Amino acid sequence: MIGRLRSLEGVLGTALLLMLATGALLAPVLVPHDPLAIVAGPLLPPFADWSVPLGTDRLGRDVLAGLLYGARVSLLVGLSAAAAALVVGAAVGTAAGFAGGLIDEALMRIVDAFQTVPGFLLALAFVSVAGPSLGVVVAAIALAAWPAPARLVRGEVLSLRERDFVASARVIGMHPLAIALREVLPNALPPALALGATIVAGAILTEAALAFLGLGDPNQASWGGMIAEGRTVLRTAPFLSLIPGAALVATVIGVHLVGEGVAQRRTVP
Amino acid sequence: MTRALALAGRRLVAAVPVLLIVAIGCFALLEAAPGDAVDAYVGATGGDAGLMQALRERWGLEGGPLPRLGHYLWSLAHLDLGHSVAFARPVRDIVLERLPNTLLLMGAATALAFGLGTGLGILAGARPGSVRDRALSISALALHAVPGFWLGLVLILLFSVQLRWLPGSGIETVASGLTGTARALDIARHLVLPVAALGLIYLALYLRVMRAGMVEVWPQDFIRAARARGLSRRAIVLGHVARNALLPVVTLLGLQAAAMFGGSVVVESVFAVPGLGRLAHEAVAARDTPLLLGIILASAVLVLAVNLAVDLIYAALDPRVGAAERA
Repeated sequence: MIGRLRSLEGVLGTALLLMLATGALLAPVLVPHDPLAIVAGPLLPPFADWSVPLGTDRLGRDVLAGLLYGARVSLLVGLSAAAAALVVGAAVGTAAGFAGGLIDEALMRIVDAFQTVPGFLLALAFVSVAGPSLGVVVAAIALAAWPAPARLVRGEVLSLRERDFVASARVIGMHPLAIALREVLPNALPPALALGATIVAGAILTEAALAFLGLGDPNQASWGGMIAEGRTVLRTAPFLSLIPGAALVATVIGVHLVGEGVAQRRTVP
Repeated sequence: MTRALALAGRRLVAAVPVLLIVAIGCFALLEAAPGDAVDAYVGATGGDAGLMQALRERWGLEGGPLPRLGHYLWSLAHLDLGHSVAFARPVRDIVLERLPNTLLLMGAATALAFGLGTGLGILAGARPGSVRDRALSISALALHAVPGFWLGLVLILLFSVQLRWLPGSGIETVASGLTGTARALDIARHLVLPVAALGLIYLALYLRVMRAGMVEVWPQDFIRAARARGLSRRAIVLGHVARNALLPVVTLLGLQAAAMFGGSVVVESVFAVPGLGRLAHEAVAARDTPLLLGIILASAVLVLAVNLAVDLIYAALDPRVGAAERA
C-alpha cells in the first residue's frame, strides 16, 4: 500500500488526510467541550481568547470544536457513502454484465434513469422524505452515487466473461455464481476502486451541501451546517464561514491527491 | 441529415423507458412521504372529512397503490405535475415560471466552464509534463475541491461586500422599472457572480479531459507526419492535437448537465436566484413533496434534452457516429 502512494501527490494527500483523521479521532482529547454547547461569549474572533482559539459563533459555540467534530462527520459520511455506492454498484454491474439479455437491459435502464436525475436533487428528495439523520444522509448520497461504478463494473465484466480463464472455470463445472463472485468480480474491481477517490470526494461535498441547506443531522456538528450558520453574519464575522469552508476544501483536495497518486502508480508501473 | 434524424429518433425512443422509471421512482418517494397531498392541502387551508373525501376522489388518491400509480402516470402523460401546497398553484406553472432563470444560469455557466476549461486544457496539453501543465493541472484539482455554495459566499464577500462591484443576490434590481437593453444589462450584472461560482467548479473537468485527450494524441503517427511536413508548433497544437482531442470534451457537456443542475440548487440558494434549484430548496423547506418531485421530473426531461442536443452536435462533428449504429 505504501509503495502505491510513493508519488508527490500521494504523499501530500495521505499526510493531509492523516492529519485530519488524527484531529477527528482525538477531538474529545483536544477540545474538552461538546461542539454544540455554548462555552463563551458570542462572535469572539479567532486568536482572541486561547480557551477558544478559533473564536465562537453567533451563539457562543467553539469553532475549533465544531471543526474537529465536523471532520468526524465529513470523513465518516464520505467513506461510508462511497463504500455503500461501490458495493451496490459492483453488485448491480456484475449481475447485469454476467446475466446479459433482459436482466442486463432492465438493470441498465434503471442505471440510465438514476443518471438522468441530478444526483444532488435525488439526495435532497430522499433526505426530505426520510428525515435528516446520519444514516439517511449516507443512504441518500450512496443512492445518487452508485450508477457510475455499476456502469464501469458491467463494462469490465462484459470483457472479462469472454476470457479463457472464465471458460475454463465453466468447463470444470464451477457454479455460475461462484464464477461471478470468485473469478470475474475480483478482476473487475480495480478500475472501480480507482473511481473510489472521486466518489469519496463527491460524497463529502454532497454531505456539506445537504447540511448547508439545513438537511444534515441536527445533532451533529457539520462543516456545511457551520458555513450556513456563519452565512447569516457574513458581513461582520466572515471567519465563521471561511474556516469550515477551508477545512472542507483541504479535505477534498487530500482525497483527490491520494486518488491521483494511486492512479499514477497504476498507469506508470 | 437523415442520419442525424434517425439518431434523434432512436434517442427519443430510448428516453421513454428512462422517464417511466424516473416517474415510478418519484411516485415511490411520494408514497413514502408522510401524509398525502390532501392531508397537506387541508392542513394548510382547513376543511372537514367530507371535503377530504371529495378531494381524494378528484385527485385519484383512492384505492391501492397500483390504481394510484396509474392515475399518477396518466396525469403526467397529460403534463399535469400535481398541485403545490406551499404555493397553492399547479406545479407545472411554477416550474415553467422558474425554468428560464435556471436555463440562463446553467447555459452561461456551461459556456464559461467549457470555453475557459477547454482553453486552459489546450494550454496544459500543448506541452504535457511542463511546469505550466503541472501548475494548471494542480490548480484544476484544487478548484474541483471547492464546494459551490462556499465559492459563492467567498465571491459575495469579495466582490459585493468588500469591493462593492457587483450585486450579491437576486436576478435583477427590484422595482427598477428598467426595460430593454438596460434591463438585460442589469440581469447580466446580477448573474456574473452566480455564473462564476457554478462555472468555475466544473471548469476543472473540461480542463482535465481536454488535456488527457491531447496527451493521447501526441504520440500518434499523423502528428509526427505533421512535424515532418514542417508545420509550426502552434499549427500542430491547435489544428491537429487539440482538434482531435475535442470530441470527448463535447461528450462531457451531456454528462455534466445533471451534475450542474445539482450544483445550481445550492448556488441559486446562496445568490437568491429565483430558479428551479432555489425552488427545490423552498419545496424541501415547506415540505412540499409534489413540487419537489415535479422539479425532479422537469430536471430529468431537461437532462435528456441536453443529451439529445449533445448527441446531435456529436453526430454533426463526427461523421462516423450513427453510420455504423444502423444495424
